[in-house]
Amino acid sequence: MSENFKIVIVGAGPGGMSAAARAAEHGISHILLDAAPHVANTIYRYQKGKLVMAEPTQLPLRSTLSFGAGVREDILDAWRQELVKHRANMRMDAMVSAISGQRGNFQIKLLSGETLNAEFVVLAIGLQGNIRKLGVPGEDLPRVQYQLDDPDEFCNETIVVVGGGDAGVENALALARQNRVILINRQEEFSNCREANFNLLMTTVTEGRIETRVSTRAERVGTLSEGDFPVDFVAQTPQGLEQIKCHRVIARLGANPPRKLVESFGVSFPNKDPACVPQLSEQYESNVPGLYIVGALAGYPLIKQAMNQGYEVVEYILGNPVEPADEALLREKFASIFGIHSVSEGIALIKRNQPLLESLTTLQLREFMLDSTVWVPQCGEVIFKRNGYSNSFFSILEGNVSIQVEGQDGVEIVFTLGAGDFFGEMGLLSGRRRSGTAIAGEGCVLVETPRRSMLKLLQASVGVQRRLDEVSLKRIVRNYLDASLPESELDHLVQESQFKQYAVGEVLFNEGDKADGLYMIRRGSVTVSRLIGGKEVVLAYISAGNYVGEMALVSNMPRSATVRAASPTEVVLLEAERVNAVMNRNSSIRSKVDNRYLERIRLGESALSGEFSGLVKFLIDQGVGEATDVLLIDYSRCIRCNNCEAACADVHDGISRLNREAGPTYEQIHVPASCRHCEHPHCMKDCPPDAIHRSVNGEVFIGNSCIGCGNCQGNCPYGVIQMTTQRTYKQRSILQIIFGAANHHSNGQYKVAEADTRKAVKCDMCKGILGVPACVRACPTGGAFRVSPEVFLGYVEGGWESLQSEH
Amino acid sequence: MDMMQHATLLKYNNYRYLKASSLLMAIAVAAYISVDAASEHSFGGTRLGYALGIVSTLIMFLLMWYGIAKRRTPRVPDRRQHQECAGNKHNNGDTQAVFSAQQKVERRRCPVKKSWRYGGTLQGWLSAHVYLGILLIVLASLHAGFQFGWNVHTLSYVLMLLVIASGFYGMYAYLNYPRQITQNMASDTLGDLLLKIAELDELARIRALGLPDDVNTLVLKARRETRLGGSLFQQLIGCQRDCPTALAVQQVQELGKKYINDEQPKLMRDLYSVLLHKQKLVLRARNEIMLKARLGGWLYLHVPLSIALLAALIAHIVAIFFYW
Repeated sequence: MSENFKIVIVGAGPGGMSAAARAAEHGISHILLDAAPHVANTIYRYQKGKLVMAEPTQLPLRSTLSFGAGVREDILDAWRQELVKHRANMRMDAMVSAISGQRGNFQIKLLSGETLNAEFVVLAIGLQGNIRKLGVPGEDLPRVQYQLDDPDEFCNETIVVVGGGDAGVENALALARQNRVILINRQEEFSNCREANFNLLMTTVTEGRIETRVSTRAERVGTLSEGDFPVDFVAQTPQGLEQIKCHRVIARLGANPPRKLVESFGVSFPNKDPACVPQLSEQYESNVPGLYIVGALAGYPLIKQAMNQGYEVVEYILGNPVEPADEALLREKFASIFGIHSVSEGIALIKRNQPLLESLTTLQLREFMLDSTVWVPQCGEVIFKRNGYSNSFFSILEGNVSIQVEGQDGVEIVFTLGAGDFFGEMGLLSGRRRSGTAIAGEGCVLVETPRRSMLKLLQASVGVQRRLDEVSLKRIVRNYLDASLPESELDHLVQESQFKQYAVGEVLFNEGDKADGLYMIRRGSVTVSRLIGGKEVVLAYISAGNYVGEMALVSNMPRSATVRAASPTEVVLLEAERVNAVMNRNSSIRSKVDNRYLERIRLGESALSGEFSGLVKFLIDQGVGEATDVLLIDYSRCIRCNNCEAACADVHDGISRLNREAGPTYEQIHVPASCRHCEHPHCMKDCPPDAIHRSVNGEVFIGNSCIGCGNCQGNCPYGVIQMTTQRTYKQRSILQIIFGAANHHSNGQYKVAEADTRKAVKCDMCKGILGVPACVRACPTGGAFRVSPEVFLGYVEGGWESLQSEH
Repeated sequence: MDMMQHATLLKYNNYRYLKASSLLMAIAVAAYISVDAASEHSFGGTRLGYALGIVSTLIMFLLMWYGIAKRRTPRVPDRRQHQECAGNKHNNGDTQAVFSAQQKVERRRCPVKKSWRYGGTLQGWLSAHVYLGILLIVLASLHAGFQFGWNVHTLSYVLMLLVIASGFYGMYAYLNYPRQITQNMASDTLGDLLLKIAELDELARIRALGLPDDVNTLVLKARRETRLGGSLFQQLIGCQRDCPTALAVQQVQELGKKYINDEQPKLMRDLYSVLLHKQKLVLRARNEIMLKARLGGWLYLHVPLSIALLAALIAHIVAIFFYW
């Protein structure tokens, strides 16, 4: 006898569970089958406490089940409870061996011999059932494994980890705690893993705790009967074959669609590539009528996507129309534009009116718009102000915007941008204050894109990057060099100009080099130095928004100094000949560059006399070059009372975000461990909930949506982010102070808030409080002060001592 | 950079509090001279005497308030920003709040000058504390009409002078010791030094194992009896009489000569260099402890004395009402 169901769902991953829960909600007869003893077996087998991401962030979840980024255990618990609550019909440990038939009449054979009948089948088996193996002799040896459940299981072993993706790197990092680990990567670089993992790996490699072999493949694996090592791993390295004796091999090579199995159900694949996925209709139906495929097997590997599909597929089976999950959100975004009634009209408007985005597909544009907002400002409304710290990007769809910038000579210059133009890219790229004020004109429609989405887009789309560069180039030249330069001269100047990138410490040009052109710094900062008596003496620090290299051009001599990147730097290099030709034709630019030249000579001379150089070098080494606002302590005044820390803790719920004593000291200048509010904050790079932002005033802060993953802590090169549990904290009253009552935190009497979840905290420059930050305010001797590096380092004349004594 | 943040304590805000106290002092002195105070039997009981007394008392309370101001960080919320966020209805989540915040008025950090509105900077408080404290010497002397005796009134006067004297020392310490501390410690912390000293002790013990017993005794003594810190007095002195480490350095050198032929000279030399290194660190650590004690120790005088002064002052005030 066999049971009958309307829908049989095979695979209890996120997609399958979501489908089962939806079917249960509709009250349709259904069953959810899985070969494993647990639902969501792949996630179940993640490392304990692993953080599960909910990408893509902006995509709304549409499922009967809940899901959000969080810790593995919480997510699994929630799913289990919700499945029970919705009375989803599940059968675990039920492996499907065959599926036959079609719409209305499917037979599903289980390994136990049982047969189920179904009208529809939803295949949500994912890929993890078909893990990619090494593909070399010995791949199935018992000591070659393709999964790592608990890294602490192994101790004092030599382990070869194969695979440079996130899984491989994470396993290697975890194993390296108590084993010798050799990480094998087929590619030359570890470009396939997340940046946080990459950085962690690099640190670990530098410390010598993990060995790596790149451009290397497995050749064969054998067993050894003698000696301490039971496994003999032979690798093909660029230098030839290498034998690695080890205890075990862990290969993390991803997974392929379980093609044979799926083909046996009658489903066909479009080509022979083992990675290809079956061809499906828009409603996820395969070539077998009534057999639907969702999730990773359908080519959507992310949890949220799979869950949405699980929901949708049940609706499709029931014949209910479903619009894409993001439709409502997008419709709302476009609603404010006059004359646009549907999402497709809005997307079409962007395609028509914004050439920058023309190379994007509709799907990419939808994703882009999910992150962005449409803004219809009033005529005359200020979009952003000069010197503000916002860093989003604006595209103009309709109407116009006027931009006011201040020229080098202090004269205000206004130019107008129309539909199809964009602006805000300078703040975005340089991470600095806005260089101009933008004011909306008549009938203006803007698309505002946050920094992170724009950077992601620039990385993903070469077309957008190229187009942005073309336009921004002229703006940079105009802005940095001479705003009154005619268009024809601009065109001439930027022809054959190049974008160049430099890592920290890399040299733009050396003293004595032949002058190759003018370097406009569009991101980062540089130091100018000269070799004096065999020692490199720093003469100046120059930040984004300025240019270097004019001295050799003006004087027609070889380079008089060496210029080095002080933080990751991007420049536009204008050809020397073209610059000279333009300068010869235009006296205004000539005089501007000449003035700059004389100024530099003067500043350089005074820098040579002071102790400035050593201090600048020290501060640059401490990474102050990429800061926007850094806390320094003049140790000749600091009475070591730690009142700065106490005050910081007092206004930040009892947790000081600064460590006064930690950090290096040069002469009498101390750089305490405290956030520098970097131009391009490292902490922002890999924040799953996008909780880290920069406010208009420049403070980089962590918002409430922090999930406590710790990525920012790992990414911060200055170690100024802490993970703490949230606590209730009360400031002491005046009476308590008079009678010397202890602060709550000094006697450990914290009341830990209900949910004992850790969150990242760091200096927010007291952004919610009026006046100077608490650390500076609480310094009794004025030893603590906050500065931006361009002001501090740019203060060359007379050096540090005069800076002090002058005021 | 806001350069004002950079003024030293005494120069704070272009000598604002020096100017204010000088003005007050000039007024007080001029008034005192003009009333021909010498003819009075008890000057404190005259109108001017009362005025001076009241002003002095108020100043004293202000000075004492410094102790509270130092321990309190006023939290004045930035209301503008709060209102902006609240009024910004169309946003969803804090991402949006940030982006739409840019259309709003930029919140400028108030320059230090106007910081009194939200409690002032502590530097300003301390600067005022110093100058007003000095001013008190003059005001209180004038208030007393330079008449002293063996009574509670003069007791408060003397206590006040003691408090101010300890304050002078504090001023000296604040202006001088910080620089010396940095020079002594560079980037190290006391904890670092102690760790290193412990390591060197262990190293010396191992080195000495292969050497004669008298050497071992020396090393053991240097390890066990070398003292860092101690009582407040010992901390202030910053040295140990017959420091065992110094002794060990000295004697190992001599023993080295003695054992030069029969023992291993290399081991001896190694031990010597380890002990020498340790001695240097011990000196630095003692120096650190001494400087810190001198920098902070005076407060153990300054604060109790001012509390005693407060008591005496209350007695003085209560007493004069009976005399009146």
